Amino acid sequence: MNSSLANIWTISKRELAGYFASPVAYVFIVIFLLLTGFFTFMVGGFFERGEASLTMSFFVWHPWLYLFLVPAVGMRLWSEERRLGTIELLLTMPITAWQAILGKFLASWLFLGLALALTFPVVMTVNYLGNPDNGVIFSGYVGSLMLAGAYLSIGCMTSAMTRNQVISFIVSVVICLFLILAGWPPVTRMLEIVSESPRLVEIVAAFSVMTHFDALQRGVLDTNDLIFFASMIVFSLFTTSVIIRGHRAG
Amino acid sequence: MINVQHLSKAFGPKLAVNNVSFTVERGEVLGFLGPNGAGKSTTMRMLTGFIPPSSGRVLVGGHDMVEDPIPAKRLIGYLPENAPAYTDMTVYGFLNFAAELRGVQGDARKKAVYRVVETCFLDAVLHQSVETLSKGYRHRTCFAQAIIHDPDILVLDEPTDGLDPNQKHEVRGLIRRMGEKKAIIFSTHILEEVEAACTRAIIIDRGQIVANGTPVELKQRSDVAGAVCLRIAKVAAAVVSQKLAQLPTARKSAVLKEDAAAVTARVFPQPNCRNGELAVSISDLALREGWKIEELHTEEGRLDEVFRSITLPDTTKEERK
Ligand SMILES: Nc1ncnc2c1ncn2[C@@H]1O[C@H](COP(=O)(O)OP(=O)(O)OP(=O)(O)O)[C@@H](O)[C@H]1O
Ligand SMILES: [Mg+2]
Repeated sequence: MNSSLANIWTISKRELAGYFASPVAYVFIVIFLLLTGFFTFMVGGFFERGEASLTMSFFVWHPWLYLFLVPAVGMRLWSEERRLGTIELLLTMPITAWQAILGKFLASWLFLGLALALTFPVVMTVNYLGNPDNGVIFSGYVGSLMLAGAYLSIGCMTSAMTRNQVISFIVSVVICLFLILAGWPPVTRMLEIVSESPRLVEIVAAFSVMTHFDALQRGVLDTNDLIFFASMIVFSLFTTSVIIRGHRAG
Repeated sequence: MINVQHLSKAFGPKLAVNNVSFTVERGEVLGFLGPNGAGKSTTMRMLTGFIPPSSGRVLVGGHDMVEDPIPAKRLIGYLPENAPAYTDMTVYGFLNFAAELRGVQGDARKKAVYRVVETCFLDAVLHQSVETLSKGYRHRTCFAQAIIHDPDILVLDEPTDGLDPNQKHEVRGLIRRMGEKKAIIFSTHILEEVEAACTRAIIIDRGQIVANGTPVELKQRSDVAGAVCLRIAKVAAAVVSQKLAQLPTARKSAVLKEDAAAVTARVFPQPNCRNGELAVSISDLALREGWKIEELHTEEGRLDEVFRSITLPDTTKEERK
């Protein structure tokens, strides 16, 4: 157990160092912060709303921002490994494929977490201007982190499918988009009209990250929603391991 | 230490490795030869646990590679084909990472890194990014990674590929030295390497083992093995071949080259001829005839010839004739 944690940490460290060895990491963080700032203050109307809350101005944009930014972080995870051939080194080390998958995933999740943590000035601003419910904000951050993790696990899966990062990126954007749209009110309304079966709409919507993220950003820290994201991560990482095993089997 | 039993690998309908069995013990250096696409790399990938076999099994130090991979992998150092390495790391960072995954801790890790840096002559590039390394240096870096935990077993896929002649020489020496205490298996296309470093060689062709023996044994399968080659000064070729043909120990002889200065001929022994018997009878003959022998030696056989005769498809052989 101890050594498996050590292995995971070794791999995570390398992966994180890899992000920061190139300017890509800094560029990513700057873009992320600029975009969140832009959407929160310019599009979300943070000041005009006059609410001491981040729900509608800040968190509401995250599923859409992540839609492009998270696959950009995840696309290199395994495709680069396959392109360089280092996967052959990695998987002949005395570690399990699971440790490698988890180590890589956690590293990029940590990286996204760091980017998210750097949005703290928004929290300070809202606290300076008013008296927000910081519990709701906390719940929103938890939701946002889980959402990023879920998208990332999908990016992990698609990057294992191909050695081409661009393809990996596109496929994971498409999957993430589907997961957003399945529960997006305009789409659910349309589905209701088309299908006339509220049951079907419910089932489709249950697969959407939106329904679950919505509750969290409103401050409802429901374990069901957390379990939803966690199981999505587990499922995608499991699929990743199946795909990797598939390649090796030929 | 390595025990390979009836190993096969199919990629779709194509059988890349077909029922291969062999063992490598400590103190042995096994050379793995074969034409392109013969299945050398595929066999090594199964040995090291990168790809699972379609059938058969691999035992490494008594551990089954499929059922008990972690202890098996611990014993192995592996240099994959084309020497992959993380391009976003420095040489030092890469070696340190490999050592860490191998479970080498703390001070021992630093020592291990500096030890392999010395063995593989990497001082000059220690803090250079892997991305900017020349091919030979990248190869050496990946080689260094394979020996960083001083493993009992080394699997090296074309370890001298891309190295300069000095480094090739160095690596062969290294393999031979390490082979005294380890079990080593390495593939190569350079046949001198087999003679220079191997205690045993396997030739594999289209997925199957077609020859397995010491380099000397393999060379003896050559057509010219045991034949005597001689050069005689200032004598007519016709006389030479007539006299040689009369030797009871000679099966046949051929004049390879003739000019005013000398005649070069090759004499093949009778099948029941003892080692050296033919050479002795030829030198007796030369004494009797008063020939001036400029050169006389028994041929050991040539590995490249054996390799070619074993691995060329029959149709190509026909065409050549
Ligand atoms: N992943 C794969 N999928 C399909 N076929 C493969 C795969 N890997 C190898 N092969 C095929 O298996 C055969 C053996 O390949 P292998 O790489 O083992 O040859 P090799 O002996 O190492 O050749 P070389 O001397 O060129 O390195 C080849 O015909 C190759 O095309
Ligand atoms: Mg090969």
